[in-house]
Amino acid sequence: MSQTDAAAMEMHSATGLPNRKILMWAFIGSECMLFGSLIIVYMVYRGKSLVGPYPADLLNIPFITVTTFVLLMSSLMMVLALSAVQRGDMKWGKIWLFMTALLGMVFLGGQVYEFSHFVHEGLTLKTNLFGGSFFLLTGTHGAHVAVGVIWLMSLVFMAQRGRLTQANAETVEIAGLYWHFVDVVWIVLFTLIYLLV
Amino acid sequence: MTQPHEHAEHAHPSNRTYILVAAILGVITAVEVGVFYLDALKPVLVPILLALSAAKFTMVVGFFMHLKFDSKLYRALFVGPLVVAIAVMMAMFLLYGVFSA
Amino acid sequence: MAVRSESPAASASHAHEGTYAGGLLSWITTVDHKRIGVMYGVSAFFFFLVGGLEALLIRLQLGSAENTLIDPDLYNQLFTMHGTTMVFLAIMPLSAAFFNFIVPLQIGARDVAFPRLNAFSFWVFFLGALFMNASFLFGGAPDAGWFGYANLTSTQYSPGMRVDFWVIGLLVLGVSSIAAALNFIVTIINLRCEGMTLMRMPLFTWMTLITSFLLVMAFPAITVGLVLLMFDRMFGTLFFNPMAGGDVLLWQHLFWIFGHPEVYILLLPGLGIVSEVIPVFSRKPLFGYAFVVYSGILIAFLGFGVWAHHMFAVGLGPVANTVFSATTMLIAIPTGVKIFNWIATLWGGSLRLRTPLYFALGFIAMFIIGGLSGVMHASAPTDLQQTDTYFIVAHIHYVLFGGVMFALFAGMYYWFPKITGRMMSERLGKAHFWMMIISFNLTFFPQHFLGLHGMPRRTFTYESGLGFEAMNLMSTVGAMLLGASMLIFIWNVLGTLRKGAPAGDNPWEGSTLEWSIASPPPHYNFRVLPVVGGRDPLWAEDLTKAVPGDDPSTPEPHMPGPSYFPFATAVGIVVMAGGGLTLTLPVVLVGVALVLFGIYGWAFQPLEH
Repeated sequence: MSQTDAAAMEMHSATGLPNRKILMWAFIGSECMLFGSLIIVYMVYRGKSLVGPYPADLLNIPFITVTTFVLLMSSLMMVLALSAVQRGDMKWGKIWLFMTALLGMVFLGGQVYEFSHFVHEGLTLKTNLFGGSFFLLTGTHGAHVAVGVIWLMSLVFMAQRGRLTQANAETVEIAGLYWHFVDVVWIVLFTLIYLLV
Repeated sequence: MTQPHEHAEHAHPSNRTYILVAAILGVITAVEVGVFYLDALKPVLVPILLALSAAKFTMVVGFFMHLKFDSKLYRALFVGPLVVAIAVMMAMFLLYGVFSA
Repeated sequence: MAVRSESPAASASHAHEGTYAGGLLSWITTVDHKRIGVMYGVSAFFFFLVGGLEALLIRLQLGSAENTLIDPDLYNQLFTMHGTTMVFLAIMPLSAAFFNFIVPLQIGARDVAFPRLNAFSFWVFFLGALFMNASFLFGGAPDAGWFGYANLTSTQYSPGMRVDFWVIGLLVLGVSSIAAALNFIVTIINLRCEGMTLMRMPLFTWMTLITSFLLVMAFPAITVGLVLLMFDRMFGTLFFNPMAGGDVLLWQHLFWIFGHPEVYILLLPGLGIVSEVIPVFSRKPLFGYAFVVYSGILIAFLGFGVWAHHMFAVGLGPVANTVFSATTMLIAIPTGVKIFNWIATLWGGSLRLRTPLYFALGFIAMFIIGGLSGVMHASAPTDLQQTDTYFIVAHIHYVLFGGVMFALFAGMYYWFPKITGRMMSERLGKAHFWMMIISFNLTFFPQHFLGLHGMPRRTFTYESGLGFEAMNLMSTVGAMLLGASMLIFIWNVLGTLRKGAPAGDNPWEGSTLEWSIASPPPHYNFRVLPVVGGRDPLWAEDLTKAVPGDDPSTPEPHMPGPSYFPFATAVGIVVMAGGGLTLTLPVVLVGVALVLFGIYGWAFQPLEH
């Protein structure tokens, strides 16, 4: 019901493209600057901590490779979800959406595990520059993932109650754009933080 | 030129393509980690990793986010700020000597 | 030349029927861009007066050497809040007022793309502004400068809540600005009426689009800086702690990576206004439209490459200083291009010397002076003499007051008839202009000399016998007169609202679509969406295709209903801010709950209901 009203108010589209999709891409552009600034902080302070623990002491490449892979696969789940919803297959749409959120939660679980391990080893936000910049950068990313998970689970619940249909494909697409962007940021962070030590 | 209707009319990768892209992403990740552990490649580690990440980035944006098949407007909205972000980052890395030994 | 069909009297009676009718609740829940624009404008002007009062107190203190009117502590709060208020609570929202009211009309739309997001932006700004000013009542206002340099802003050197009010207040205001900018990007890209290609858009709309991109690209940088500072202050992180290897210059970089684009965010809307006023009052289309557009785009991109010219004195080294000097000088070029285009528009035009044009011309003259001093400190060696002196204060005020504020006043006089349906007094308008431009120059021109003679910024007094007295006294007298000139404007506004002559649809014989409908516009703006065939649609030769106007035989379009969710979400954000400020988690959680309630309610509420 809200879709048709919104469509009526959609007025006139000068480009033939939906408002909300343009909004999400513009927002993603803004997020490039946000993560860019956080990356600047991390890179500028790399190697400048006066006390440990230092990255080489703590970063667990194999573990993070697995969680990175999990997040990458969640993006696959997301496109499969969108594909299903666009076809009108709400059963598989719901399943793939849930799988996306689930893999996102697994990734977050991995982050929580890693963070608590670091804290246990003596690295907190205020221990040194590495602690501050690492937790801020990856924490911000994690917060973005968490928001994404909440968004996706909301869509799953809506689908469960029959309130998400093929007509809402655009909504799923936009959630997908957000989700993939969060994944793309992680691709960059994985390389910069873990591999370029 | 009234109602939004663009997604129905563009080329759509099939589910098979998506799975293939995901597989490639997994392989590239494995290669990245492999390269990381290979001491012989240490001198060229940075360029290789940056190139591989850039490849993953482009594939996710192009295929999963559909940018390759969508209106050029979205590309402009994304690439503009991305270019500015990268330029500012590069300037700051130079100012702080991030690239030097 | 097209002037609309309806008589001024009929227009006036239309005006007060529904556009602004309704009690407090209707204003809190409105999603109408025109009402939101009015709310931005009234709030912004109020804060302009607050910032002005802060300035007058500063000038009173500096009027004589070794004055004891204002102690150093209060002085620091005054200059910090003067700068912060003028930039974030006066100029930006005044521009936003015009973006809101005018842009949808200029592109032939019925509202912005996301009306509720629009309301949300306003309420976050308004409540955020109150939040920041509440500091005066709770231990004192922020006092570390509008640019908050680290590590003066650390808890060690700035104990108490003052700087926290500043940090959190700006984070809140950033949310408002980014949301509004995203809204206008989508609106301008997607809601243009048929026939209005990008290169047929009015210049003010173009500048709004460019400014919106600047906003979404620049604010994230200061957001990160503010978060680093907030974490240092609240959680003991070490980002700006030199003892732990932290670099205080990192703050400066992040601040100015935002801060320099910010000055173009402040300026471009004014440039857009001047680009509207000059053609209308020369009865000539803008000369070199494409050049003016492209120079705006170039200024925006280059604006991200000059930030370290604010840091010439910190020791970045000769290579960095040279590069940033060069880029800074380069950016003077597109600005110059615009000025030449305005002059070429005026040349050979049939000038109508009315108040809006006076302010536009005043803008050009004052902005040129500010630009000349700017080019001087674009050179790093010269800047080493000028930085942190009153020479810079003079530059800032010539470009931001002599420049931007004059342009914004031009906009106020130009669009007042459209917004209210009434004509302001020309006599009072011109009196305001002359008093303002003379007293403005009296206030700020001497400051060039004060700076060159060595008077530093941000110091609460100066020793006698240094030769600063006469210039400071002149500046203070000028400031008092400048303040008084605002009274003329206020008197004009109040008098006009009470008994001003009805304006009619197009009192200035303007060329853009906002002049094709009633003053003030009906709540749906256009009964039938216009179709345009070129720039300056109301000056087109053949009007049969363009601008259907308010044809009563067509039914009134149904507009989105009011909503309280934007307001609720905004309140939630400010509650979170209050909880963050006092580090009380329960309050933060209440704020989060309110935000979630607001967002979900908003998401599931149909736009029309």
